[in-house]
Amino acid sequence: MDTALIRNFSIISHVDHGKSTLSDRILELTGAVDPRFMREQYLDSMDLERERGITIKAQNVRVVHRGHVLHLIDTPGHVDFGYEVSRSLAACEGAVLLVDASQGIQAQTLANCYQAMEHDLEIVAALNKIDLLAADPERCAAEIEKVLGLPADEILRISAKTGDGVGTLLDAVIERVPPPSGRRTSATRALIFDSSYDQYRGVVSSIRVFDGTISTGERLRFMQAGAVHDVEEIGVRTPDSVAVDELGPGEVGYLIAGIKNVGEARSGETVTRASAPAAEPLAGYRDPKPMVFCGIYPIDGDQLPFLRDALDRLKLNDSSFTFEPESSRALGFGFRCGFLGLLHMEIVRERLEREFDLSLIATAPSVAYRAYLTDGSDVDVDNPVDLPEASRIDHVDEPMLDITILTPAQYTGTVMELCQARRAELSRMEYLSPERLELVYRIPLAEVVKDFFDQLKSRTKGYASLDYEPAGYSTANLVRVDLLINHVPVDAFSTIVHRSSADNYGRRMTEKLRELIPRQLFDVPIQAAIGGRVVARETVKAKRKDVLAKCYGGDITRKRKLLERQKEGKKKMKNIGRVEVPQEAFISALRLED
Amino acid sequence: MTAGYAAYAQPSAREMRRQVPTSRSGGSPFGVYVHIPFCRERCDYCAFATYSDRDHLMRSYVEACVEEIERAYGSGDLPPASSVFFGGGTPSRLPPEDLVTILRAIPLKEGAEVTVECNPEDAQIERLSVYASAGVTRMSFGVESTLEHVLATLGRTSSASERADETGGSVPEMLADDVRQVGFKSWNLDLIYGAASETHEDWHDVLVGVVSMSCPPPHLSLYALTVELGTPLASDPSRYPDDDVQAERYEYASAFLSAHGYVWEEISNWALPGHACRHNDLYWSQGNYLGVGSGAHSHVDGRRWWNMRTPERYIRAIKTGSSPVAGEETLSEAEREFEELALSLRTRRGVPESALPTAPADLVLREGGRAVLNVRGRLVANDLTARLVTGAAL
Repeated sequence: MDTALIRNFSIISHVDHGKSTLSDRILELTGAVDPRFMREQYLDSMDLERERGITIKAQNVRVVHRGHVLHLIDTPGHVDFGYEVSRSLAACEGAVLLVDASQGIQAQTLANCYQAMEHDLEIVAALNKIDLLAADPERCAAEIEKVLGLPADEILRISAKTGDGVGTLLDAVIERVPPPSGRRTSATRALIFDSSYDQYRGVVSSIRVFDGTISTGERLRFMQAGAVHDVEEIGVRTPDSVAVDELGPGEVGYLIAGIKNVGEARSGETVTRASAPAAEPLAGYRDPKPMVFCGIYPIDGDQLPFLRDALDRLKLNDSSFTFEPESSRALGFGFRCGFLGLLHMEIVRERLEREFDLSLIATAPSVAYRAYLTDGSDVDVDNPVDLPEASRIDHVDEPMLDITILTPAQYTGTVMELCQARRAELSRMEYLSPERLELVYRIPLAEVVKDFFDQLKSRTKGYASLDYEPAGYSTANLVRVDLLINHVPVDAFSTIVHRSSADNYGRRMTEKLRELIPRQLFDVPIQAAIGGRVVARETVKAKRKDVLAKCYGGDITRKRKLLERQKEGKKKMKNIGRVEVPQEAFISALRLED
Repeated sequence: MTAGYAAYAQPSAREMRRQVPTSRSGGSPFGVYVHIPFCRERCDYCAFATYSDRDHLMRSYVEACVEEIERAYGSGDLPPASSVFFGGGTPSRLPPEDLVTILRAIPLKEGAEVTVECNPEDAQIERLSVYASAGVTRMSFGVESTLEHVLATLGRTSSASERADETGGSVPEMLADDVRQVGFKSWNLDLIYGAASETHEDWHDVLVGVVSMSCPPPHLSLYALTVELGTPLASDPSRYPDDDVQAERYEYASAFLSAHGYVWEEISNWALPGHACRHNDLYWSQGNYLGVGSGAHSHVDGRRWWNMRTPERYIRAIKTGSSPVAGEETLSEAEREFEELALSLRTRRGVPESALPTAPADLVLREGGRAVLNVRGRLVANDLTARLVTGAAL
């Protein structure tokens, strides 16, 4: 195919700014989908994606407009999937920046747009929802010009809902986005920018050919994974999958090569021809690195094997989360899981519960601390119980983020207040327009995983947006707070916090547990401690009365059944320091902590 | 006794095929419980099978009870009763002659203990004399409290205090006087503690008023007010008793009664020496007894069954010649063993020490190979029951 007739682009947009609707209109306008089969959010295939209005898996589709082949590469729509976004962008020469004209540009859109510019992508900006009464295209265009340097008069105005201006937008893509530059004769290099697992076909990868060609039956080398696979099928999505014999330079399509595990065909992987390999892989590959960790346990211990099976199967489709077995005195057997971020954690958990019908409980999210020991060694700690004892620790570093917050100016005070309370340090502050402000902070990741996003949203009535990127490690006064029931620590509640909030955490948790732990035959102390030092204490007073007053002829059967149930109930209790605690108490405590 | 008797109690087909075990009862005690489901008014805490609007059924109910007894004894292998207990409801609500009619239908062993529960307002000499001359040996009075404001929060009205006022004494003094005049061998008084309006001083006054009389009741049942589902009390959380308060009341009463010579018999029962209730002891030792009347429960050798709950259905069943039994269960060996231990743990007999290996030492007295609950242990008897170990105890 003549590369001059190819345009590869993605749409950069915020949640609810209309990306899926625009994709739908493009599919309709170009006749890619028979109108009888059209449905909303056509490219979002998972139920979860439709419900949450976000794209989790990248999709791509080939459409034809005015004699040109356009590959629309749909990027994941959340900050947790920044790396996936970068790989999707790497597969394009251009990007449509789609901004809701009633809302203005959002932090994450801005970040993605900067990233696109770093990849030298041509940006075609468009203001969407101009049909809305609240639309303020003038202000939004001025903002975009100010922050991105795109001339306001080149910014298109469309309504993805009505279809108004969508044709013009595609024309602009053809005119402004450069065609791909690869050559057929070069050594083959193709980029995998997404992989998913199909139970019949194995791994199906989305692929962009940069140089050379890929043909059916050919043997390929996966340069980072170091594996060799034979091409079973290649094809393009129109959006239905259509097999082709060959994909040439600049083309985007799919690849099936008998791979059983998405971990062997990760986003960013470079594929080359085994018989004539390229010298260097494409730039930009990165191993996915979990940032947020938590323990996931089945509420019913009997479900453990099903949970393992479910994790194995999800992992086939999502190489970016990790898991390994762990056990807890309070929660039994489960898995320590690592995620790209909080949303990723939520999504995995929700998929486990929904697609595999499991009831799960998760411990509070933690981050990966790095403890430097007095003997000069250091250790990564993603589970608070693994933190060495205080006497062996020289200092502890915690992962940091640079966060960018875009907020309407009237919420500046409350946003700054939130950031200060979370140990954040202001690095930059800039007015995008008289009404909108950009705040850049450096903040510990641990403070962000603790409901920061929810707080930000609720303090700004949903108007603020957030983007983040990792910013290395920083030393802080961090301590582990243990919760002890009858002097025995309950691992599931151990947490690493900044010293300044340790007492508060201890008080909150001891009060909560005092309410949740049933009274025993003796007084039960509930303590929060840092090392050997108790910072908060509550007592569950001994129960003094648990007896039926009457037991005569007519009461005996009922009473025996009651007591037999009580006896059965006792067997199911977790025993912590002689204290019988129903697992529900731990579960409630963790739920409250959410 | 078992074969013919079990047939009366509507055995299941499985039961018929089962090999009949050797009776454990032999010459041992046998009780008859007669349920009288009529009350003048229903108290707010009461969940018993009793009715305040069915007095018109009394006559046919009495006939039905008599017929049920005759049927049971007609099978030929029931022993005469060593104890009879008329409970309710309010047995004294029946005309005394009707109660006597039922009693006469029951074959009695020499020296049988025969108890009638009686509301204080029904305790006229005439009525009690009719009972006594028909063989009743023991009265049990549902006084519940001697304080008007406590009775009011229990939703219990009593006209007995007016009569007591006329005699110039308290209700318990009036009852003690009645009992003495008629000449019963023993008697009991029921009290309830933990009502919302009751203070510690109130409880002290009630206990002192009862125990310091010149002829105090030789048997006392003290019940923690309990919220039963579906009662008026249950729908009024402001009147719910507090567990810790009730525990204090219990400990206080327990110490007070033992100081006055009462022996603790069972969780809620105390007696002066020689006045333990033999009928109640059948319940707590897995003894055999026949329950007569609506909602009455029976037990013979590990098999329990119970009659229809409403008097109408009970009467109809008896009148039409069918069985009044509404449900039954046959205990497995394990259930029987657990039940035996669970019941015994509530009493001063306790359980074999080996059956309660894990109870905290400060709740249990261990003596002579038996584990017996002390007063604090009694208050958490359910929890301790759930720690009973079966099998090892045998």
